[in-house]
Amino acid sequence: MIEIANVTKTFTGRGAPFTALDDVSVTIRENEFFTLLGPSGCGKTTLLRVIAGFIDPTRGTVKLDGQDLVSLPPYKRPVNTVFQSYALFPHMTVAQNIGFGLEMQDKPSDEVKHTVDEMLALVRMTEMADRKTSEISGGQQQRVALARALAPRPKVLLLDEPLSALDFKLRKDMQLELKRLQSETGITFVFVTHDQEEALTMSDRIAVMNAGMIRQIGGPRDIYDHPAERFVADFIGDTNFLQVELLQTEGDSAHIRLPSGAEAQVRAPHDGMAPGPVTLAIRPEHASLAGGDGAALPGTLANIVYFGTDTHFHVDLDGGARFVLRQQNQPGQRQGWSVGDAVTVTLAPGVGQVLRD
Amino acid sequence: MAKQGFDIRRQPGFATIAMACFVVLYLPIILLVVYSFNAGTSIAIWEGFSWRWYVSAWQNEQVQAATIRSLVIAFWATLIATSCAVLAALATTRQGRFRGYTLVFAMINQPLMVPEIVTAVALLIFFAMIKVATGYTGLFYLIIAHAAFCIPFAYMPIRARLQGMDLSLEQAAMDLYGTPWRVFRRITLPQLWPGILAGAMLAFVISLDDVVITEFVKSAGQDTLPTYMLGQLRRVVTPEVNAISTALLAISVVMVMGFFFLSRNKK
Amino acid sequence: MSDAATQRATRSRWLLLAPALAVLIFAASGPLLIVLFYSFLTPGDYGGVVWEFSTDAWFNVVLEEDFFTEEVGFADAHLSIFWRSIKLSLMTALLTFIFGFPTAYFIATRPKEKRDIWMLLIIIPFWTNLLIRTFAIMELIRAEGTVNTLLLWTGIIDEPIQMLFTEFAILLGMAYVYLPLMVLPIYASLERFDFTLVEAGYDLYASRWRVLKRVIFPLAKPGVIAGSILVFVPSLGAYVTPRVLGGGKQLMLGNLIELQFGAGRNWPLGAALSLTLLAIVMVALILYVRAAGNEEVRHG
Repeated sequence: MIEIANVTKTFTGRGAPFTALDDVSVTIRENEFFTLLGPSGCGKTTLLRVIAGFIDPTRGTVKLDGQDLVSLPPYKRPVNTVFQSYALFPHMTVAQNIGFGLEMQDKPSDEVKHTVDEMLALVRMTEMADRKTSEISGGQQQRVALARALAPRPKVLLLDEPLSALDFKLRKDMQLELKRLQSETGITFVFVTHDQEEALTMSDRIAVMNAGMIRQIGGPRDIYDHPAERFVADFIGDTNFLQVELLQTEGDSAHIRLPSGAEAQVRAPHDGMAPGPVTLAIRPEHASLAGGDGAALPGTLANIVYFGTDTHFHVDLDGGARFVLRQQNQPGQRQGWSVGDAVTVTLAPGVGQVLRD
Repeated sequence: MAKQGFDIRRQPGFATIAMACFVVLYLPIILLVVYSFNAGTSIAIWEGFSWRWYVSAWQNEQVQAATIRSLVIAFWATLIATSCAVLAALATTRQGRFRGYTLVFAMINQPLMVPEIVTAVALLIFFAMIKVATGYTGLFYLIIAHAAFCIPFAYMPIRARLQGMDLSLEQAAMDLYGTPWRVFRRITLPQLWPGILAGAMLAFVISLDDVVITEFVKSAGQDTLPTYMLGQLRRVVTPEVNAISTALLAISVVMVMGFFFLSRNKK
Repeated sequence: MSDAATQRATRSRWLLLAPALAVLIFAASGPLLIVLFYSFLTPGDYGGVVWEFSTDAWFNVVLEEDFFTEEVGFADAHLSIFWRSIKLSLMTALLTFIFGFPTAYFIATRPKEKRDIWMLLIIIPFWTNLLIRTFAIMELIRAEGTVNTLLLWTGIIDEPIQMLFTEFAILLGMAYVYLPLMVLPIYASLERFDFTLVEAGYDLYASRWRVLKRVIFPLAKPGVIAGSILVFVPSLGAYVTPRVLGGGKQLMLGNLIELQFGAGRNWPLGAALSLTLLAIVMVALILYVRAAGNEEVRHG
């Protein structure tokens, strides 16, 4: 279990000091696939490097199973990293790369060999054991990097955007592969990415970061369905933002009035908010043009964009806002709308989240 | 940037050794320069500041003659070597590899690979034959010998410059009805100029500093400044040699700095 | 390109090369062939040669005939000079490596914009007169030089230490003058070094020393090999440094060769010795090209 408490990192170069991490506290659980998600420059990689030991925090503590990590140099931390560029040693073979960590821990050579064989099998690279790392493909290099970091059986595996160099299809395969490895080895994974889809599909829990701070921590569903603030809602998935009026809150439920005058029941942050004008976030797939129960927003259909699996409808609401909604395409069925039609956007009951800005 | 934690680049003791290296590299030279201003005759005991050794070197007729000879040789050798190098660089960079490329490249770089003493011996033998046959014993031998070993030094920066040049400029000039000679003069040469200057500076320094080949090739009474100094080292050394050295050093340092900044500008 | 155009291009290329090749053939490559020719002639009484075929010169490179008994044995004087040359050159390469590697590493790990200035500090001594730098070392270590004066003055020693005209002096001088030749290629290989590999090493439990030994050093090896060759080759053929610092007492190959054209008056032997030196240098260069080639193949 990793406990990160009040970690601040300020870089003082020649220019103005830059705060990469601003009072970050987070606890990563045993045997968890934990993802640090955020745009570039949000501090996620800095946090990873603080755990790995390549950056000392300006303030704060990092503990692993109760043991202080900050005072340990990187080579004494039971933590291994899969580097973004893989950082495979070009002068060693695949097997030598995988065995390097064990060798540095002065493990007996038969144990090294045994573990290397095991790791090669785990990442399905047994045939490639004696190849040079320059002689294997990008996907294979990725697997060797994984095996090399897993071989010493670290308590925590740190992954720094390890899939970013792979093409789309390979990346999909590796996502599943990573998930498999995590459950087979039972090692805690801390995964850094800027790709929200990757984060949603693989993680047990996600910490969304921005400007050196953690904005929200939660399971993928939680984060997607109930973003705590505008940044999170905007960064993860597509979202419509509507200016609405908050009438009253009760627990995490809120009663609001839409610009059209209709009233609706939506979700609100647990700690309550004062009534008044607020922002409402609604996912494009949580509304429809087909009518039915729920609050209605009249408007004009401005654009229809076909995406294969689904179709996006751009609606100019009466009052000026633009609303995008998404409908799945059914085989054989043609949607009957055309641009310029007067339409009504109907929100599914209970969806939508009131946000703090 | 200030230290941000565990510094992965640091290796204990390396900075200390590096600093020691810089001190060791410069200390002897600095001492040599300092004692060229010594008022006394010693090269180790400081007796006050004086220009006397510069004055005495300046008034020494042998030094005067050797200085002029050094400069004359360096001038002609640089001129010949740089001209040859420009043409050779044009021939070897433009159309990729060709038949005989390796041989040409090996020949140009031969002075860098063959030990100087071997070339010196070879020239001694060869020129002795010519001297006997023709009776001519002038400076030409030294000039042509210097030109030969200066060619690779002049060639390198010129070739580097040519390789970094944008071919499409010349193609554009040709497209605009430039004849090959005019394209060279109006487009290629102006861009090549820093490389040529850098090459010439290196060649000049190399010629001015040469000892071994000059020592073997020179006829009687053809001492250059370095061979004159080599001769002087056999006797009791006075700071006069330091003064001459300092003057030579100053020329070299100016030239090398010039070369450094000329070849850096292209980036 | 049409045949005619190709032919024209070829002709203009060789025309452009002609002046350089002419100078080089006249004053560099050509004379080497004459040296080969001379090594098979008979020495003249007052220098020069007699036009008479003889293999004595090559015979005398390493062998000698006893004047009285006519027994053939190894020429101990020559062999000891060969041995000293090779020994001192290897030691020079080692010494420059010990000091040059950390220096090159230090420069390569400076901020990018400052590296050029550090390198300039290495390059300046390299391009300054070798004789003057040797002379500077001589002033430092001679009996009445700076080091001895300082030691006498502090009372550490009672009389000057004889450093000049020893093998130590030659080694010191050669290491001093050729150090930049070691730093330059090592720096070149470290400058482009990917330091995430070092990070990976630390991440995988390697200590600083082990990262140096197992990650940094193997990857800088091409530069180290190049530097060693660059130092070894001119050391082996050194003439000025052993002459000034060895003072005619500690001869190296270069001085032995010169001797044959001066007091020795044996030009063919001098020619044969020169070619022997050239052969050793060529072997070293070929070994280097092989090693460098292998490295390239291995690292793709």
